[in-house]
Amino acid sequence: MPETIALMLPPAKQPARRPLAEWVTERFIPLRQLDAETQFSAIAAAWAELGTDERLVWNKMLTGTFRVGVARQLVTRALAEVAGVTPEVVEHRLTGDWSPTPQFFSTLLQTDTDDTDVSRPYPFQLAWPLDTDLDSLGDRMRWLVEWKWNGVRAQLIRREGQTFVWSRGDELVTDRFPEVAAAAESLPDGVVIDGEILAWADGTVLGYGDLQRRVGRKTVTAKIMRESPVVFFAFDLLEFEHGDIRYRSLLSRRALLSEVLECLDAGGRARLTLPPGVNASTWEDVAARRDDARSHGAEGLMLKRLESPYAIGRQRGAWWKWKSDSLTIDAVLLYAERGQGNSAEPYISYTFAVWRDGDLVPFAKTHAGLTDEEIAEVDRFVRANTLEQFGPVRSVVPDLVFELAFEGVERSSRHKSGIAVRSPRIVRWRRDKRPEEADSLSTIGAMLDAFENSRSGES
Amino acid sequence: MYCAAGDFYIDPSRPVPRAVLTHAHSDHARPGHGRAIVTLDGERVFRSRLGDRAPLETLDYGETVTVDGVRVSLHPAGHILGSAQVRVEYRGEVWVASGDYKTVPDPTCAPFEPVRCHHFITEATFGLPVYRWPSQRVVFDDVNAWWRTNQEAGCTSVVLAYALGKAQRVLAGVDASIGPIVTHGAVERLVQNYRETGVEMPRTELVTDGGGRLEYTGALVVAPPSVPGTSWLRRFGEVSTAFMSGWMLIRGARRRQSFDRGFPISDHADWDELLAAIAATGAETVWVTHGSSDVLVRWLREQGKDARTLKTSFRTEAAADRVDAILPDSTS
Repeated sequence: MPETIALMLPPAKQPARRPLAEWVTERFIPLRQLDAETQFSAIAAAWAELGTDERLVWNKMLTGTFRVGVARQLVTRALAEVAGVTPEVVEHRLTGDWSPTPQFFSTLLQTDTDDTDVSRPYPFQLAWPLDTDLDSLGDRMRWLVEWKWNGVRAQLIRREGQTFVWSRGDELVTDRFPEVAAAAESLPDGVVIDGEILAWADGTVLGYGDLQRRVGRKTVTAKIMRESPVVFFAFDLLEFEHGDIRYRSLLSRRALLSEVLECLDAGGRARLTLPPGVNASTWEDVAARRDDARSHGAEGLMLKRLESPYAIGRQRGAWWKWKSDSLTIDAVLLYAERGQGNSAEPYISYTFAVWRDGDLVPFAKTHAGLTDEEIAEVDRFVRANTLEQFGPVRSVVPDLVFELAFEGVERSSRHKSGIAVRSPRIVRWRRDKRPEEADSLSTIGAMLDAFENSRSGES
Repeated sequence: MYCAAGDFYIDPSRPVPRAVLTHAHSDHARPGHGRAIVTLDGERVFRSRLGDRAPLETLDYGETVTVDGVRVSLHPAGHILGSAQVRVEYRGEVWVASGDYKTVPDPTCAPFEPVRCHHFITEATFGLPVYRWPSQRVVFDDVNAWWRTNQEAGCTSVVLAYALGKAQRVLAGVDASIGPIVTHGAVERLVQNYRETGVEMPRTELVTDGGGRLEYTGALVVAPPSVPGTSWLRRFGEVSTAFMSGWMLIRGARRRQSFDRGFPISDHADWDELLAAIAATGAETVWVTHGSSDVLVRWLREQGKDARTLKTSFRTEAAADRVDAILPDSTS
């Protein structure tokens, strides 16, 4: 859309040579404060002064689709180096609501790190996929074992009588979860809770689609709140009595967290609570719980070292995530897309299909999971068995079968296949299978039924 | 397209006894017709495409020939050398089939001339309002700058352009003082045709197939789009490739092509040119064919014009049977 608009507009009358900073601070940022009509005339005025390429960038900024292919962490590190502060400070300052102004930039780089922004969350600690034996982790009792949920990771901030809910995407989502914000009113001042928001009713996790209804819109109606209720599972405390307590051990943070949550009434506790525990006193029990995590609506387990402080980002050793084995499906390769660059690039991205009434229906796209040798072999197959070519994409003779694994499968009316799969990846190439032996949509439907039944049976 | 009164076809997709050909691109000029009327300017390129012995009858632009009582004349379409619009007049009713056309100046062919008519059949290859060509000066400045940059970097610049028309337009547009210009055989033969017809072309050097590594670092190579990946191109060593096409105006189209650059140089009318050309004919009825005809038809209708989509395909055999009777027959 930004490009179409840029191309459709009549040529600029008076291309202006304003510096980028002026465009951003004097033309772009003020748009937020204007009503729709004034916004429109301001945008039209900008178009009249911009050439086609500049309009494309302007339109992309307006629509929030302007992307630069540099990792956020690299930018953070670079800024930290320039400013002479730690990356954590920069990350802290970059989190949340800010405008790209000279004032912000000088705040961003200031060496005085005594920031006071009341809404500012902490950088999240992330888990590393478990890649070691459970026994090597040592004594089971030195670890906190929790369910790994698939919701919205969030920080709940209560400071100076105000409540803020931040998602891990650095988005302020307080308005999307009014019941959580309401529950937080009874919290003592000066606390920050780390947790996960889930669509949740009657002790059961609802589908991820229910949660999406809450996240995907600006205003949440009473109807949506009724149909897709949520809970905030509080699993860590980062700030207590206005003090940063991340340096303390998880054990002591959890003790304080329980204390803080005591302040809530029953209604509040229904919306803001410790997550249900995992009953496992030995590592064998833990492994068994991981196997039946799905029946609890979880996607696996989290293992957290009780004596660890709260770290920034993905750290090995303190937090492990241990996902359950995924659902797997045998599917047929239908389309392949080559890597960016020239036509010599190998075909590395694949679309897979399963059967429905004698037709192959595409349902999953992935490029993860093959070895370099296998990629080269698939590439040769694709080039030799092309049916049609659309730019970088080729449709191929449906002949190769692969076993795919997924983090999750849900019904979806938005997909042609009627199902939406999450994080598909290739487990292995089923050279032993003919395409006719691949799975069908009805097999996947049966899997979904079994999954849903097992879950409602548990609750 | 078939004219019943004169019993002849315009750009037929299969051999017919009598044809009028708008230009020599292969989707318009097929071999095997009993006789074919073409422009005098286009004769040499038509012969390159259809064979030396093809039964061509040539007309000057504006010269009229009468075919079974139907007056037929050819008028410059500005698309490539020898391209024409076909004017057909019968009992006072005038039809014009545009063929492919553009209205911006092109030093390699006669400029487009609007022809007044009752019925105008227009192409719409780029019939979407996103297509508005940047000025040719600007684009050729970019091409020259790209060539110079490659030269400084010690690599060869390879322009990929249709061998007939686009290649010659690029040759006429680039700054030949930058360096030597080398052509592929498919391009060179047509460059010769252009020269023989009196079109000025810069000096070119032909590189044929076979042989070893070539020393053309810093040169501009003009070749058809089919050469990437061939041994012919590999002999030039390190190259930067650029595709010349109107489609290159769109970022997605540029990215999908596996070329280093894409320059929006088109021999077709853009949206504004289409609208201006249609208006200049004064036609009561506008028939739109090729490309985004539905969008253009809808726009014209919203402006109160009688516009229709002409269901035709110059490319597929199956569609050829359905398109025959749209020019006036003797009873209309």
